[in-house]
Amino acid sequence: MSVPYAKLPGWAEYGLIPLVNLAVAFLISGLVVLIVGESPLEAAYHMVNGAFGRGEYIGFTLYYTTTFIFTGLAVAVAFHCGLFNIGGEGQAYIGGIGVVLACLAFDRTLPWYLVFPIAIVGAAFFGALWAMIPGWLQAKRGSHIVITTIMFNFIAASLMNYLLNRVFKPMGSMSLETRTFDTGGQLPKLDWLMSIFGLSVGSAPFNISFVLALLAAFGVWVLIWRTRLGYEMRTMGHSPAAARYAGIKEAKIIVIAMMISGGLAGMMALNPIMGEQFRMQLDFVQGAGFVGIAVALMGRSHPAGIIPAALLFGMLYQGGAEISFEMPSISRDMIVIIQGLVILFAGALEHMFRPAITRVILGLSPKTRDAAVTKGA
Amino acid sequence: MSELAIELKGIDKSFGLVHANRNINLKVRKGTIHGIIGENGAGKSTLMSILYGFYQADYGDIIIDGKTIKIRDPNAAIAAGIGMVHQHFMLVENFTVLENIMLGAEESQILNAGITKARAELKRLEKEYALEVDPDAVIEELPVGIQQRVEILKALYRKADILILDEPTGVLTPAEADHLFRILRQLKDEGKTVLLITHKLREIMAITDEVSVMRRGEMVATRTTKDTSVEELAELMVGRRVLLRVEKGEAKPADVKLSVKNLTVRDGRGVTMVDDVSFDIRAGEIVGIAGVAGNGQSELLEAISGIRRAKSGTVLLSGREIDVTGNADPADLRRRGLAHVPEDRHHVGLVLKFEESENAILGYHDDPKYRRGMLLDVDAIRADAEAKIAAYDIRPPNPRLKTANFSGGNQQKIVLAREMERNPDVLIIGQPTRGVDVGAIEFIHKRIIEMRDQGKAVLLVSVELDEIRALSDRILVMFAGRVVGERTPDATEGELGLLMAGVEGRKEAAE
Amino acid sequence: MDVFQVFIELAQSTVRLSTPLILAALAGLFTERAGIFDIGLEGKMLGAAFAAGCVAYISQSVYMGLLAAVLVSVLLSLVHGYASITQRGSQIVSGVAINFVVAGSTVILGEAWFRQGGRTPALSADGRFGTVTLPFADAVRDVPILGPLYSGLLSGHSPLTYLAFLMVPVSWWILYRTRFGLRLRAVGENPGAVDTAGISVIWLRYRGVICCGILCGIAGAYLSLAAGAGFTKGMTAGKGYIALAALIFAKWRPKNILFACLLFGFLDAFAIRYQGYAFPLIGKVPVQLMQALPYILTVILLAGFIGKAIPPKAGGVPYVKER
Repeated sequence: MSVPYAKLPGWAEYGLIPLVNLAVAFLISGLVVLIVGESPLEAAYHMVNGAFGRGEYIGFTLYYTTTFIFTGLAVAVAFHCGLFNIGGEGQAYIGGIGVVLACLAFDRTLPWYLVFPIAIVGAAFFGALWAMIPGWLQAKRGSHIVITTIMFNFIAASLMNYLLNRVFKPMGSMSLETRTFDTGGQLPKLDWLMSIFGLSVGSAPFNISFVLALLAAFGVWVLIWRTRLGYEMRTMGHSPAAARYAGIKEAKIIVIAMMISGGLAGMMALNPIMGEQFRMQLDFVQGAGFVGIAVALMGRSHPAGIIPAALLFGMLYQGGAEISFEMPSISRDMIVIIQGLVILFAGALEHMFRPAITRVILGLSPKTRDAAVTKGA
Repeated sequence: MSELAIELKGIDKSFGLVHANRNINLKVRKGTIHGIIGENGAGKSTLMSILYGFYQADYGDIIIDGKTIKIRDPNAAIAAGIGMVHQHFMLVENFTVLENIMLGAEESQILNAGITKARAELKRLEKEYALEVDPDAVIEELPVGIQQRVEILKALYRKADILILDEPTGVLTPAEADHLFRILRQLKDEGKTVLLITHKLREIMAITDEVSVMRRGEMVATRTTKDTSVEELAELMVGRRVLLRVEKGEAKPADVKLSVKNLTVRDGRGVTMVDDVSFDIRAGEIVGIAGVAGNGQSELLEAISGIRRAKSGTVLLSGREIDVTGNADPADLRRRGLAHVPEDRHHVGLVLKFEESENAILGYHDDPKYRRGMLLDVDAIRADAEAKIAAYDIRPPNPRLKTANFSGGNQQKIVLAREMERNPDVLIIGQPTRGVDVGAIEFIHKRIIEMRDQGKAVLLVSVELDEIRALSDRILVMFAGRVVGERTPDATEGELGLLMAGVEGRKEAAE
Repeated sequence: MDVFQVFIELAQSTVRLSTPLILAALAGLFTERAGIFDIGLEGKMLGAAFAAGCVAYISQSVYMGLLAAVLVSVLLSLVHGYASITQRGSQIVSGVAINFVVAGSTVILGEAWFRQGGRTPALSADGRFGTVTLPFADAVRDVPILGPLYSGLLSGHSPLTYLAFLMVPVSWWILYRTRFGLRLRAVGENPGAVDTAGISVIWLRYRGVICCGILCGIAGAYLSLAAGAGFTKGMTAGKGYIALAALIFAKWRPKNILFACLLFGFLDAFAIRYQGYAFPLIGKVPVQLMQALPYILTVILLAGFIGKAIPPKAGGVPYVKER
């Protein structure tokens, strides 16, 4: 009896409503810019220019995009199984261990294209491991996955701090980072890709892990919509009762879904460690795990939505840097605000504008309205 | 004629297209116990929710003690002297009895003064109505019978003159129910008015002064209890319906395919829902289980199909045991030839957000024929769905449409097609035509008969007595978790109705 | 240094470090007991600390600062309430969102208004909470044992610290001895019971959320007006999450909250004091382990390995009045 919302046509459901939510998030961000005493339009101009104005800028934008595709996919995979994995940050951080181990072991002996696959496996393994524990605790002991994954973010931070201090830091070094990798631990940039479009990547760390991210997005699509496992995960996510009826093993699916989620988050570590810094630094994740939440919410947990959402946040991160250069009173923390507002309006207040939009659309076309009524019955 | 405590005039309520209450008129005399009886879905609970301010009627008037009042929320109902004991208790489980009773009627901002007063008042009420409870006991540690007493005390504490009890005996043991009835009589003697909602005829006859019968959203009759009979009420409740006609030949029962022995199932709260049930079903016959909803049928189906763990007993599927008390795996049972059409298709049988074709493989998704290498073979799945859509005339014929967008009848056909086309040995079906349009009902019934004629063993559970009579070759009646009788399909409606109401229960045990 | 002196100092800093945890955990208690989960304690505290820093500097009044902190925190609570009570959105998502919005805007606004790299200007004595010297604290300082205990441990804290410790019994009293508390606890367990008793579930939950805002505001003000002399970027540094952990660790009970916060505060104090210190027998205890211990303990507790933390039954679920 409770059909809370009338059915909307697809373009409104997947296009208009997310866009309205996004627009409101940006409008409020614009207000903040106004409060700070700057012009929102000018900020927007610097943002777009800073993100796409030059080949190098685009390279940076895509570098950030790569990171956010991984973390966005991580959150999305868990969402499909009805789990809120807020621990992408910690899983990415721990995933760094796998990358570093592979690089430190082989960077002087093997070429990058052999080290890279090892590092991928390592990153995914450690990320998955870090997500597996909360998954297992949820499945077997009923601990709330949100709380456990939050706690695991902090535990990861302490653990990595310790490891960098005691294990990974070269003797005699003062800064909390590993040694810089040799060529075997450095991923090639995608300058050839940029040059196809007549652009130069310049100093931007736009690297091969972008391709990996796209492959991962495709892989997630295949997993979710084309495999038995994905089918079982989605069944669980939509209706645990139907899953039980279908003979799906609840605990097993939860643990596996979390491990895949954590593995994807862990693979994010490849991008900054092997693609930009060529070493692991303290706190290299820099909140990307949390950005993944915004990306997944905006992208509606579908890879086809996550890639543009990740690009949007890539743009915000790179363009935001440019804004802070041109308009000193707007630092890169502006992005964090936008990110929060996107999460608020695309997530928690997702349905706020729906009644109004529904009224307008159904009011405009009586035909859709009749259809909605029959379907609602 | 004494004065009226409640008078309802022309109460009408719709939820979307569902007309839950149609032009209800009701008069309840002061100081009486008035029963309201009707099948599940007859609209009793909606009516009571309107009286208690949970819903607003679309039309109609409520007159309490001669005054027409608007009941906008439970507060208004409480102020008008109405108290309600809900079917699912509205108690805070980790609170004490006293805290629960005070909640919402604390008198002052600081509890202390109120507590002393409440304690004294509670003592008085306990004495007056013989409702003993320890005021400092925590609710979750009390048996359900006592919890219900707390609900009654809650209403009395709020000075309710009219007490509504919604299916109060559903969770009680017979002894607890008897105690409840004593309490209700006492309340009546004190001048309170009691409105008892139930579907159990036995209770109506045992305790009420007057009884009103509801059927499909309408109030069809009111009788003085001592002037009516169980038979008359059963007939009023069920109504003279257009008889369903299903063409079917003689059953040719062969080997036993499903054998249930001494099955006992408890629900999450530890209440025994299926109590030592035994029966056999042979290939080529339909065994129908009749009964009012909530008498253990759902749990029986769930236990046999491996969704719910049984407490004890054995189930044999084609001669081999199912581990119903341990780790029976629904997926494994499917492979062994058990198909299950669950009662709740919206939450269990289907994933409404899935495409039609995805639901067409639910539970069979590990079948190699839907796989190509590591992946699901979407083409094969859709082709398979299209074939079923054609065979079962599912409309619209679009395997990619979201399941939520199909009508109830077509959704049910999706489930039936999935389960029947597997050529199972045993088919268990719960509520095959609930919420299904008339056209689809005929189709579904034909299919079920066809399954029988193909030599399947069919277990059918339905709260629609007509359906059970039209389809079954043998009828078992369940009441309070037990099989209380076995009849042939030519048993009269009244005879079955009495069994379903538990009137002739316990005397005969179906072997 | 003698052992007793060390103990006093350690205890003193434990009390200091526990103060914001206690306030924030009690804040969480009021909202979570009402059935609204809140992982936005961190954000509210940060926002409050910032507001306190700004207003105290501009007005040169510590009380104006405190008021501003409470106002901002309540406002943020109402946003969370609107999303999770009125709009029935995800409480987790809403909490995450608030944390981000605050983390970003405190820096942006702080930089725009004061241009000190996200800090607010250092506060003079008028803009800060001083310390309270209990009567005779100086006189009894030299009395053995009791002297240092009184003047070193009990005396000499900020008024907000005394308030925080006082709030523990007060919160208990409110929750268990007032009508509001009874209803608040009920609505977090079974909103249906509250609704059928004729009480508005929505308004009750909003009041719980507002209480949370007030206490979180005080916790934030403590950080910038008492523990520090002004706001610094990201100054909560995860304290909101530790408070959340303490709340769970305390099984949502006021008395336990006091002990959980003291424990977590002690771990922090210990980690700061003994960073790099080699103990006899165990050797160096990694400071990171001490930092992670509150979280590890909470995870273990949540998993039911040491007792079971049962959250309010209706927590996290929006109330839909339907059956």
